[in-house]
Amino acid sequence: MNSRERILGRVRRALADVTPDERPYEEAVGRRYLREHGRRPVERTVELLAENLADYRAIVHRCDAGELPHLVSRLLDERGAREVLVPPGLPPQWLPAAGPERIHERAAHTPHRLDRVDSVVTGCALAIAETGTIVLDGSPDQGRRRASLIPDHHICVVRVPGQVVSSVPQALERLDPTRPSTWISGPSATSDIELDRVEGVHGPRTLEVVLLS
Amino acid sequence: MSGTFVGMPAFPEAAHRAVRDPVLRANLRHATHTIRAKRATAVGELSDWVELREAGRRIKDHTLRHLDRYLLRLEESVTAAGGTVHWAADAAEANRIVTRLVKETGESEVVKVKSMATQEIGLNEALEAEGIRAYETDLAELIVQLGRDRPSHILVPAIHRNRGEIRDVFVREMGAWGRPAPAGLTDTPAELAEAARLHLREKFLRAKVGVSGANFMVAETGTLVVVESEGNGRMCLTLPETLISVVGIEKVVPTWRDLEVFLQTLPRSSTAERMNPYTSMWTGTTDGDGPRTFHLVLLDNGRTDTLADRVGRQALACIRCSACLNVCPVYERAGGHAYGSVYPGPIGAILSPQLRGTADEIDASLPFASSLCGACYEVCPVAIDIPEVLVHLRERVVEGGPAVRQGNRVVLKPARGHAAERAAMRAARWAFARPGTLRTGQRLAARTRRLHPRTLPGPGRAWSGTRDLPAVPAEPFRDWWQRTRGGKDGAE
Repeated sequence: MNSRERILGRVRRALADVTPDERPYEEAVGRRYLREHGRRPVERTVELLAENLADYRAIVHRCDAGELPHLVSRLLDERGAREVLVPPGLPPQWLPAAGPERIHERAAHTPHRLDRVDSVVTGCALAIAETGTIVLDGSPDQGRRRASLIPDHHICVVRVPGQVVSSVPQALERLDPTRPSTWISGPSATSDIELDRVEGVHGPRTLEVVLLS
Repeated sequence: MSGTFVGMPAFPEAAHRAVRDPVLRANLRHATHTIRAKRATAVGELSDWVELREAGRRIKDHTLRHLDRYLLRLEESVTAAGGTVHWAADAAEANRIVTRLVKETGESEVVKVKSMATQEIGLNEALEAEGIRAYETDLAELIVQLGRDRPSHILVPAIHRNRGEIRDVFVREMGAWGRPAPAGLTDTPAELAEAARLHLREKFLRAKVGVSGANFMVAETGTLVVVESEGNGRMCLTLPETLISVVGIEKVVPTWRDLEVFLQTLPRSSTAERMNPYTSMWTGTTDGDGPRTFHLVLLDNGRTDTLADRVGRQALACIRCSACLNVCPVYERAGGHAYGSVYPGPIGAILSPQLRGTADEIDASLPFASSLCGACYEVCPVAIDIPEVLVHLRERVVEGGPAVRQGNRVVLKPARGHAAERAAMRAARWAFARPGTLRTGQRLAARTRRLHPRTLPGPGRAWSGTRDLPAVPAEPFRDWWQRTRGGKDGAE
């Protein structure tokens, strides 16, 4: 008997005393918790997102489509970025015409190559207001998971209000489980040393979120 | 579970030493009190906490009741998504599988994201014996690994170390494992974290094999979820070419939607955050993004034995948030090491003796490592009745009885060392059934009370070794009642 059969056999014997519950799963669980915490007008939800992002030490900016390239240009300048990583599907008009050299993200890049890039600009799949979270799902405007991981400075553009949801339940509803996803709430952080919070252990030390309306 | 720390004394002895270590007590007190207060605030933000907790409990309960069905479904989904599923009945088998998988890649080092399951099976040591070096990449785990130490908390494994101790470990040990600590390293947390970043980044960038656990596995979709803060998880999960995840069979949840419950309750219960900085979800392999090969090792190692216990099986619902550790008065004073297992605190006191059995002295002592105050039950985000299981396991240790070990029904003998307790209980039963004898005994005790020793003689010494004996009152309660209310009916 192989281990698969052995383990499944043990599970079945262990549950011999249990009366099977043949109700449909959703009925057996019952979900009386809220789909979102409090009803808010759309503008208020976007504000809450901005507050919670800032609370976890992401730097939040707001602008419209016309201002975006200037803003991005300024943020890259402030960091002294010489190279900026660009996912294949990032709208080209989001970036300044001049500025740091664009490195177009490709599968052929080694992790060492990406480690030399200063900044990365991505879009996102959605953002969650109640938790201050942005979610990336590897769509063309976000690139591979490592693109937003290795460079030390991440600028993420969120289209508001279209990409903003209130809550975790609403976020899961909209995501595709077959795509690899990364949920990001503030920059990389640790509290392992005497519970003092320190930012930037392994992921990007600086997360800037641009709310684009 | 092979994780009994070799030469580990039983809980009372280990705790005895720990409570006399003022540095350890101060570190623990600071940490548990800070996190406790923050957690209460984070939970208070959600007006539907009670409903979320109930939904979490029901999801876990339902899953455990149909575990075979959901494991098969999970296997099907992971395989369809391009992963390979392996089944491991015990620690030795899991270690053999992982070692073989690593060897097949031709590599001799792996990067690891913190995982309770791989610690439980002693994977690092098993790999080391086969010439494979496993690098722990969580900052706290790095501190523990470099210090040749053992973790003492589920969430903050180096909680027992302060910044000065951590600096010394880095300066002394980093060079032997890779990039040495920067010259002139001080003990500020920011500098220490930077030293760890530099030390580990060179390992991440060259890593070909990653090893992880998982917080959740979704049967419906085959998705695995890892919740973390530092980004070392993302590094290990996405940069290597091969990813091997070792996960306990109890971590499965039926549907994608179930994550909406746990992604709200887990971060708030554990780190007291609205959401942890990083959560990674992956389903098999994805072309051109992340590892090309994905292996999932499903681990039993005592879990099916635990499932066979009607009262104790609820321990398998644990989502490893560690809230119970932070509120436990016993943990706060004794520290995680005293529990002698990778799962410390109240949850460890009910999980370890079930996963490993109670044959060992340390495991037999764990159900007694509690004051039964109930705080652990109150904070548990999936409502595990830890005190109920503790009492149940105490009874099993003292009285023996039927249990399942490695899939076989056995009858446990009463543990040695509890003879005095059994004798005392029998004596009490006898005395309570004879009011006259009881009264005489109480009066005698009251009259001789100045002569009573501070500790008990003989076998009673074990009991009084960790407790102050209660003072005997000058007059038994029954006599006082007779004297003050004597003959009167209390209804006036």
